[in-house]
Amino acid sequence: MFSLSRRKLLTSTAVALLLAPHIARAAIVKGGLPWTPNAADPPKMVRPGAWKYFTADEAAAVEALVDRLIPADDLTPGGKDLGCAVYIDRQLAGPQGRHEGRYMSGPFQKGTKQQGEQSPTTPAELYRKALAALDRYCAQKYAGKRFAELGDADKDAVIGGLEHGSVKLEGIEDDTFFKRILKDTQNGFYADPIYGANKDLAAWRMIGFPGTRYDYTDWVERHNERVPLAPVGISSHPDWSH
Amino acid sequence: MAQKLPKKDAVIIGLGWTGSILAHELCEVGLDVVAIERGPWRDTATSFPISYAQDELRYRIQHDLFLRPAQMSVTFRNKAGETALPVRNWGAFMLGNGVGGAGIHWNAETWRFLPSDFVLRTHLTQRYGEKFLPDDMTIQDWGITWDDIEPHYDKFEYLCGTSGTAGNLKGKIQDGGNPFEGPRSRPYPTPAQKQPFSHTLYAKAARELGYKPFPQPSGNLSEAYTNPLGVKMGKCTYCGFCEWFGCANYSKASPQTTILPALMRMKNFEVRTESEVTRINLDRSRTRATGVTFVDTSGQEWEQPADLVLLCAFQLFNVQLLLLSGIGKPYDPQSGEGHIGRNFTHQTMSGAIGFFDKDKYNFNPFVSSGAIGMCIDEFNGDNFDHGPLGFVGGGYLGQVQTNGRPIETTPVPPGTPNWGPKWKQAQRDNYLSAVTATSGVHGSMYSYKTNYLDLDPTYKDRFGRPLMRLTMDFHDNELKMSAYLTDKFSAIIKQMGAKQVVPHLRKGPYDVTAYQTSHLCGGAIMGSDPKSSAVNRYLQSWDVPNLFVQGATAFPQNHGYNPTGTVGALAFWSAAAIRSQYLKNPGPLVHA
Repeated sequence: MFSLSRRKLLTSTAVALLLAPHIARAAIVKGGLPWTPNAADPPKMVRPGAWKYFTADEAAAVEALVDRLIPADDLTPGGKDLGCAVYIDRQLAGPQGRHEGRYMSGPFQKGTKQQGEQSPTTPAELYRKALAALDRYCAQKYAGKRFAELGDADKDAVIGGLEHGSVKLEGIEDDTFFKRILKDTQNGFYADPIYGANKDLAAWRMIGFPGTRYDYTDWVERHNERVPLAPVGISSHPDWSH
Repeated sequence: MAQKLPKKDAVIIGLGWTGSILAHELCEVGLDVVAIERGPWRDTATSFPISYAQDELRYRIQHDLFLRPAQMSVTFRNKAGETALPVRNWGAFMLGNGVGGAGIHWNAETWRFLPSDFVLRTHLTQRYGEKFLPDDMTIQDWGITWDDIEPHYDKFEYLCGTSGTAGNLKGKIQDGGNPFEGPRSRPYPTPAQKQPFSHTLYAKAARELGYKPFPQPSGNLSEAYTNPLGVKMGKCTYCGFCEWFGCANYSKASPQTTILPALMRMKNFEVRTESEVTRINLDRSRTRATGVTFVDTSGQEWEQPADLVLLCAFQLFNVQLLLLSGIGKPYDPQSGEGHIGRNFTHQTMSGAIGFFDKDKYNFNPFVSSGAIGMCIDEFNGDNFDHGPLGFVGGGYLGQVQTNGRPIETTPVPPGTPNWGPKWKQAQRDNYLSAVTATSGVHGSMYSYKTNYLDLDPTYKDRFGRPLMRLTMDFHDNELKMSAYLTDKFSAIIKQMGAKQVVPHLRKGPYDVTAYQTSHLCGGAIMGSDPKSSAVNRYLQSWDVPNLFVQGATAFPQNHGYNPTGTVGALAFWSAAAIRSQYLKNPGPLVHA
């Protein structure tokens, strides 16, 4: 019964369709609910391995940063072992790193706080500039050492300085970089492990979130009872794989 | 050069809630209808299937289902005289995209406005006097009454299968429902959802304080339901992924779960997706629409002639298309004349977080749904005496906790460090034992002379058309109202047994980065006088009678409830007028 008719539209879009089969194109839908096999667009699982965006030096700095923002303790492993740097690297290498989808036409001018971010700088550019500036700052202040080479107390002092404004990074506005990496690290920490961090669902286990379960009907009226189930993610239940 | 398509009886701009309702109502009486939709085709199994729909990063944080600002954005400033700057990434509100529109990502809180809301100016001036209202407040009556709209609320609720407890059945107050609601002709189609712990505790505390709590009317269904179109919905499983997400379980009312399966089977209907209407075309007299012009993804321009044009896009884009098409007189904030862009409103949201003893309370915040909740209505509309308070307006106060998604909903007490071991401990210690209402204090925003929409002089979309410019700020009346209600709400959270209550007051200036709700209203409002409204009581344009403008665009001001119930009711009301009156005798349904 269903027919997905492109008719006239097809003649003008046929070439584009051949070149980019996964990009949606104008279509006429009629005669029923359309169905095409494999039309869904599942997330692609991040695999550990070579850095996709960071240089080796940048990666070392980011691993050191995320490991202080989310330090290892008896609650979870540290941000580095949980995959937060891998998560940020893959995000920066993809559409988020390019600010794809945002309104990026000029003129760019600074507005009020309530008008929101107005910078033409993409997240990928921000990390590149800020990480270089961070290592320059540390080299000057800590006898030639990079951020990753500092002791934990010095690392925390630098991060605290970025947060509160006493440490300024050359060419970076206010606390833009601090806010960015903090948000990215915590997003990765709590995101589904499919995106590269929250390894073994450690963050969800820490707070008691049983994960992306389909059905909590049995628990709605079991008031003030802890749900004893281990977390599950989109990709799987970590216990299923080991 | 535009290629001309064969003429249709009706062309619909935007296939969201109102477009789907109008399309179905008009196809049913035999009209040949085409809908032109800017975004893609979307359906449950392909766009948000259960295998990956519950993805907070993708849908909540990275806005996967929403319109990309790169495709169309808006500019914003607080006051005339300031330079408006573009919204580069959505913040204060979220704009839907694609078939289903905002009906995909909403929470499905399905409210009716109060009878007095529809005659607001008359009601308030009769009770308090004209001088009680601020000088620059431009609230108006709607041009319809409760009796006009009630049957259409009923129709929308039965389409959606709304779960709730009636509070006023044909004038008789019902136990357990909202005693302040207008008389309803029938009970809700399905019973209220089951309530988790924090909602139940909130209701108990509210009763102890003398209020009458009731379950929020919900489009997340308490049981399986077959609607009058024969479309079946499943029972909600309380998975906690509603707002910002599509429902993978066919449990949340949306065009996909209530109308499209029936509409798409109709032989006299088709939809063109990924096709953006760039203007409504008028004849030489400029009093008759001849159809629309749209552009597809290849950049090809098409002209779709039609006898009837139904503008069913999101509120902002309805107003933008009217201005870009030269329909109606643009609003001038200096003189107060003109009506396109006038009475632009949003919502005044606030709340309070309750932190409870973690050894005694375990709320399981992830066991939830988008519209689950317990609410009180004592402080909505004019349900309470505003005389001694010095403001007008109100809102419902609800423990409407929609989720326990960890990126968004991991509250910590003030003073907690933003990172490091103490941050982690506070996250762990409060996740299960804090109460964070998503809709806590759902306050009204009345209309003002200085809050309006017009075309931006600088920033353009990808076709070179000016973006909508939002000039919007909070006024003292709303901030006073919000502070008063937040105080009442905090007292209920305290009564629940919270060891610490942290109020989150709404403060000015209006901030386009801080999410409130996506309830943008007004800009082409309805009314009984063409001098102060863009459309008549049937949503028919005063200037171009074969054009009907649907949606919250028509609200003269925004009230203390979520708007979609009223948007749906107005669509059925307008459709009924088109079917019973307009089609028999096309022309103005109200003579000015």
